[in-house]
Order: sequence, then C-alpha cells, then structure tokens
Amino acid sequence: MAAAVLALIGLLISVYLWLWKIGVLGELVCFDGGCETVQLSEYAYFLGIPVALLGLIGYLAILAVSLVGIQPRWVERREPTLALIALSGLGVAYSAYLTYLEAAVIHAWCQWCVISAVLICLTFIAALAGLWEVPREGSAGA
Amino acid sequence: MTQQRSLRFFYIALGLIAIGGLIAIWMVRQSNAARTAAREAGPVPVNAAGFEGWVMGSDSAAVEIVEYADFECGACAHFSILTGPDIRDRLVASGRVRWRFRDFPLQGHPNSPAAHHAAACAGEQGRFWEMQEQIFYNQARWARDRRPGRRIRDYARAVGLDMGQYDDCMDEQRYVGQIQASYQEGLAVGVSSTPSFVIGDLLVIGSLPYDSVVALVERAERRLQQ
Repeated sequence: MAAAVLALIGLLISVYLWLWKIGVLGELVCFDGGCETVQLSEYAYFLGIPVALLGLIGYLAILAVSLVGIQPRWVERREPTLALIALSGLGVAYSAYLTYLEAAVIHAWCQWCVISAVLICLTFIAALAGLWEVPREGSAGA
Repeated sequence: MTQQRSLRFFYIALGLIAIGGLIAIWMVRQSNAARTAAREAGPVPVNAAGFEGWVMGSDSAAVEIVEYADFECGACAHFSILTGPDIRDRLVASGRVRWRFRDFPLQGHPNSPAAHHAAACAGEQGRFWEMQEQIFYNQARWARDRRPGRRIRDYARAVGLDMGQYDDCMDEQRYVGQIQASYQEGLAVGVSSTPSFVIGDLLVIGSLPYDSVVALVERAERRLQQ
C-alpha cells in the first residue's frame, strides 16, 4: 500500500513536469529556476523521449503493479512484489544517474526531480520490505 | 470482509490524493494563464525615435554593413554561426567595417518577436551580441517551443543578465515599438526577406559567404575613394 501511495505522488509530479514540457502549464513552480535549467537541458530527453514522460509511464506501471499486489488473489504471491522491486530498482538506478547529472554536469537542481528520486528510493525500500511480508511459496499458512 | 473494507478506504484515500494533486496542477495552470493575460494586456510603447540598430565596431570605420535579420530564420542563423565570427575577427575588429544589426521579425515566424524582444532586453544591459549568439545557436530548440520565453530566459541567464531587470523588461514589452520601427525601416529600404544586407549603397538579399562579404566591402571602399 505504501508503494502505491508513493507511486501516485510520483505520478502526479511526472504529470506536472510533462504538462509543463509540452507547454500546457506556463511557468514551472520552482525555488530558484534550476528546474527549468534541468528540464531544458539535453539530458531532459532519453532516446528522444522526454524524461518526464518516461517517469510518468514508470510510475504508472509501479502504481498498477502495487494495486495488483494488494488484491486478495495476489496478496500471498511473490510475483507482484518481485515486479515492484525490478521496476522501482530500475527507477532508482535512473534517478541516481539523473541526480549525478544535476550535480556534476548541469550544475543546477530541479527540486521536483530530487523529490521524485527520494520517492522512488522509498518505493524501492517499501517493495523490499514487502518481500519479507509475503510468505515464501510452499510455506504459506505455515 | 474487514480486508475488503480496509481496501475500500485505501482506494478512497488514493482517489483523494489523485484528485487533490490534479486540482493543484489545474490551479497552477490557471494562475499562470491569468498572469500571462495580464502581461498581454499591458501598455505597448511605440516610441522608438532615434534607435539606429545594434552597432558593433568603430565609428571611424569607412564601410558600414547593415544586417536585417529575423531570429527564427534558418539562413540568418546559418550566416551568423558560419560567417559571423570571421566578419567580427577580420573585418570589424580591425576597424575596417562597422556592423549594424536591425530587427526584421518576419510575420510567419510566431516565436520571433519574443526572441527579438529578449535580445533587446539583453542589449539594455550591454549584452545584445552575446544574447544574439545564444539565440541563433539554439534556434532549432526554442523555435519549436509553444512558449519560447522559458527557454530564451535560460539563455538570458547564461549570458549573465540581471534577471530581475530582464523580467521587468520582458513584462513591460519595453522594446516592442523599437523592433517595429526597425522592421518599418527595413521595408523602407526595400528589405522583403532575411537576411538582407546594406553594404555601402548596395542592398544585398540572401546569406553570403565570407569571401563575398569581403568583395562587397572592397567595392564599397573603392566607391568611397572615387
């Protein structure tokens, strides 16, 4: 459940950044203008796709898997938790790369991106914690 | 049963977070739209008396080249990037030529006025040429934006402008009249496309390689000696 809440907040941030990216929102709410510097840099795209859109898709996938994982028929199974670990692990790795770019290459900080990085780390931790909660196959009901 | 009820509460909480977030995004959008509308409704100064364009080079240079350019025009960017440095280093720096840039924003280029105005605001702080370079070098990026102001503002920051003064200048649309006057002046001398150049007494239409610029400067110098 914690992963779903975190993913939903991350999703809203991604939606906000993506809407700004496509010019729907006007100015970006940002503490010192660093968000625009980061969002307008060449690193705001990955293979031609805006990173905000990738985040939106990623968080949507994590939210969907989290919601599947809490359904009664799936709650005792490990697959959703493992999928959640894989997805959020990927997110953590990519967020770490983006945070490195902000610090060492772009020299500007986007607060929304930092919040998103924290959220994806917390989601990953929540997913790992879920692994301990889910009984191992064959030991269910023991 | 208890599990189903707690799930239901969870879905409601999740839905409330989603609705709250979307409302917040919508409110930000409305607030930005209201601010933009206020800017657009502001007074537009039309007095551009005495503005002679942006000048680089010595007052005592024998030959003056006047360039009429549009910041969104690809050929203008091409000329500025490829030929501009040679002209600056070899003709202007040596005192042989004085360069004058005049705004000629074409009507089919929707992002051009914002770029010209940003350059004028940079010129107010003595950074016109640096801003011009940023705008031309990055033309492929901002020219595609629906709202180019955000990206162009980054270039203003990159060239070291006082951002408070820049924002005030952009908000007040301080140089709209000056740019319009420059455009009218271009029409009056026969400019209809960009880039166009007046070199001595000759109006030259279209981008030029460096060697052609030198040949035209030499022609102008010869005519002055006659």
